[in-house]
Amino acid sequence: MLLRPARTLRDHPLVARYAPVLTMVLALVAIWYVAAVAMNWSLVRDGFEREETPYAMSDVLAGTMDAERPLLPAPHQIASAFLDSVFGYPPLAPRSLVYHSLVTLSATLLGFLLGALFGIVLALLIVHSRVLERSLLPWIICSQMVPVLALAPIFIVVLGALGLHGLLPKSIISAYLCFFPVAIGMVKGFISPDPLQLELMRTWSATPRQVLWKLRWPASVPYLFASLKVAVTISLIGAIVAELPTGAEAGIGARLLSGSYYGQTVQLWSALVAAAVLSSALIALIGLIERETGRRMGAH
Amino acid sequence: MDPRKLRLGFIAATAALALAFLLPLAPQSPPLSAHPIVWPIVGAAGILFLLAARLSDQRATLPGLAGATLAAAASLVLLDDAAVAGAARAGFWMIVMACWLSAALGVVNLAGTHQVRGKLQRALDLLVPLLFGLTVFYLWEVAVRGFGVPPVLLPSPSAAATRFIHSLPTLGADFVQTFVRGVLAGYFIGCGAGLLVAILAHRYAFLGRGLLPLGNFFSALPLVGVAPIMVMWFGFDWPSKAAVVVLVTFFPMLVNAIAGLNAAGHIERDLMRSYGATHSQALTKLYLPAALPFIFNALKINATLALIGAIVAEFFGTPTQGIGFRISTEAGRMAIDMVWAEIALAALAGMAFYGFVTLAERATTFWHPSYRT
Repeated sequence: MLLRPARTLRDHPLVARYAPVLTMVLALVAIWYVAAVAMNWSLVRDGFEREETPYAMSDVLAGTMDAERPLLPAPHQIASAFLDSVFGYPPLAPRSLVYHSLVTLSATLLGFLLGALFGIVLALLIVHSRVLERSLLPWIICSQMVPVLALAPIFIVVLGALGLHGLLPKSIISAYLCFFPVAIGMVKGFISPDPLQLELMRTWSATPRQVLWKLRWPASVPYLFASLKVAVTISLIGAIVAELPTGAEAGIGARLLSGSYYGQTVQLWSALVAAAVLSSALIALIGLIERETGRRMGAH
Repeated sequence: MDPRKLRLGFIAATAALALAFLLPLAPQSPPLSAHPIVWPIVGAAGILFLLAARLSDQRATLPGLAGATLAAAASLVLLDDAAVAGAARAGFWMIVMACWLSAALGVVNLAGTHQVRGKLQRALDLLVPLLFGLTVFYLWEVAVRGFGVPPVLLPSPSAAATRFIHSLPTLGADFVQTFVRGVLAGYFIGCGAGLLVAILAHRYAFLGRGLLPLGNFFSALPLVGVAPIMVMWFGFDWPSKAAVVVLVTFFPMLVNAIAGLNAAGHIERDLMRSYGATHSQALTKLYLPAALPFIFNALKINATLALIGAIVAEFFGTPTQGIGFRISTEAGRMAIDMVWAEIALAALAGMAFYGFVTLAERATTFWHPSYRT
C-alpha cells in the first residue's frame, strides 16, 4: 500500500487556491483602514479645534471612520453609501446609482456592439484583401498610438452642434475605442488555421465563402472572445469619459464629475465601485457566453 | 492587377478631366480653360493618365501617381480662388474624382507588387500606407474647403497645420506639462513598481498566487475613474496626473511581468539549479531575460494608457496648461483648429513614445524568435 502523506488543512485544494487571494484582500483592507485614519486625521482634528470642543484621541479616531467629506473614506463607509444609493431609492430616481449605471451601460453596450461589428468587418476585409492589409492596417495600428480619448470632448461638441445628443455620441466614442482589439484579434483568428487545414479545403475545392464559414470563422472563436473581453472594458471606459466634457446630467462619469466638483468623496468612491461592478459583470457575462459557445461547439 | 481594369480606370480618370473642361467649376467662376495656370496642369495630368492607360502594367504606377499629384495641385490652386471655395460644382469635383481614382489605382498597383526583396520591399511597405494616408488627407482638405464646411464643425488639415505652426510655444509648454512631467514620471514609477512587485511575487509563491488574480481584476477595471480622487489628493499640478498614470500602468505591468517570469523553460531552470546559481543570479541571467518580451508588451500597452490617463486627469482640473486642459477649454471656445493641433501633438507624442519603446525592444530582444528571420 502506498503511504500517503497526511492531508492537512493546508493542502486542501480550496484552501490552496483561495487562501493567498483572501490574505491579499484582507491585507489591502487593513492597509486601507490605516491609510484612512492617517489621511483623515488632521482633517477631523482641525474640525474639533475649530468648534473648540474638548476632544480625546479616541474621538478623532472615531471621527476618521465616518467623516462627512473624508480625504479617503473607510471601506465600510463606501460599502454603506454604495448599498444605500443602489437599494435606497427607486431604481429610476436621479439619486439612484442604478439609474446612472443604466445610462452608462446602455451607451457602453451600444458602443460595444457597433465597435465589435466594425472590428469584425474590418478584420474580414483585411484578411481578404492584400491591398487593404498593406494600406489600411498600418493606419489602424497608428490610430491606437493616438490617445483617442482626447478626441472625446470635440466629438461631443461637434455632434452636439449637429444636433446629436444623448446616447449616440457616447456610443460612437466607445465604438471607436473598442473596435481595435476586436479587429486585431480577429485578423489573428482568421489566419490561425494552419496550412494543412487550408490545403484540405482546397482539395475539396471549397469556395472562399465556404472556407470562411466552415474553417476560418470557427477557428477564430477563441480569439473573438479574448478580444471581446478586452473591448468591453475599454468600451465602458469610453462611455464614462465621454460623459465628462458634456457636463452630462446622468451616468457614472457625471457622478464622478459632480462628486469631484462638490467634494463628495463618498459619492465619488461609490460611483467607482459601480464602474468596477459593471465591468466585472460584463466580463463575466462574456465568459459565460464563451463557455456556452465552447460547449455547443464540442470543446468539452 | 488586371491590366484591362487598370486601363479602364485610367481612361475613366482622363475622361473625368475632360469633363472638368466642359462642366462649370462654380456658379461665379469662369470655365476651367479661362484659368491661366490651372488648365495646362490639368491637361498635363490628362496626358499622364493616357500614358498610364497605354502602359497598363507595373510601369503605369509612376505616370499615374504623377498625374494624381498634378490634379491634386490643380484642385488646391483652384480652391484659393474665392469664387470656387465653398461653392464648388461638378467640374471641380471631376478633377478631385480623377485624382482620387488614379491615386487609388496607383496604391492598388503598388500593393500588388510581388517579387521584390530586401530594401525595396521595406520601402514599399512604407510607401503604400503613406500614399493611402496622403489621399485621405487630400480628400478631407478638398471636401472641407470645396463644400465650405464651417470650421467650427471640422477644420481643414491645412488650417490645423497652420495653427500648429503658429502656436508652437503654447504647444511646447503643454507638451512639457503633460508629457514630460505627468506621463514620463508616472510611467517610470508605475512600470518600475509593477516590475518590482512581480519579481517579489515570483520569489514568494504565496504572494504570487494572491496577487495574480487581484492584478487581473484590477487591470480590467476602468481605473482612469480615480482621476478626480488623485486630483483631490495631490492637487492640480502634475503630481496628480503622474499618480493616475502610476495606477493605470502598474497592473498591466504586474500581470505581464509575472507571466514573463514564469516563462522560463524547465530545462533552463534545471540548468541553473545544476550550476548552483543563487536566486539573484538566476533572476538576472535567466528569468529577467526570458521575461523581456512580456515586459516590453506591457511597456507598449502602457505607453498609450499613460498618455490617455494623463489627458483624462487634466479634464478634472489643471494649472493653465497641458494638452487635456487646452483641449477642453478650446473646445468650449469653439476654437476647433486649436483642438485639432493639440490632438496632432498628442498623436505625434504617442507615436514617438511607442516607436521608442519598439526600438528599445528590438535592441534588447533581438534573440527572440519573432525577430530572427
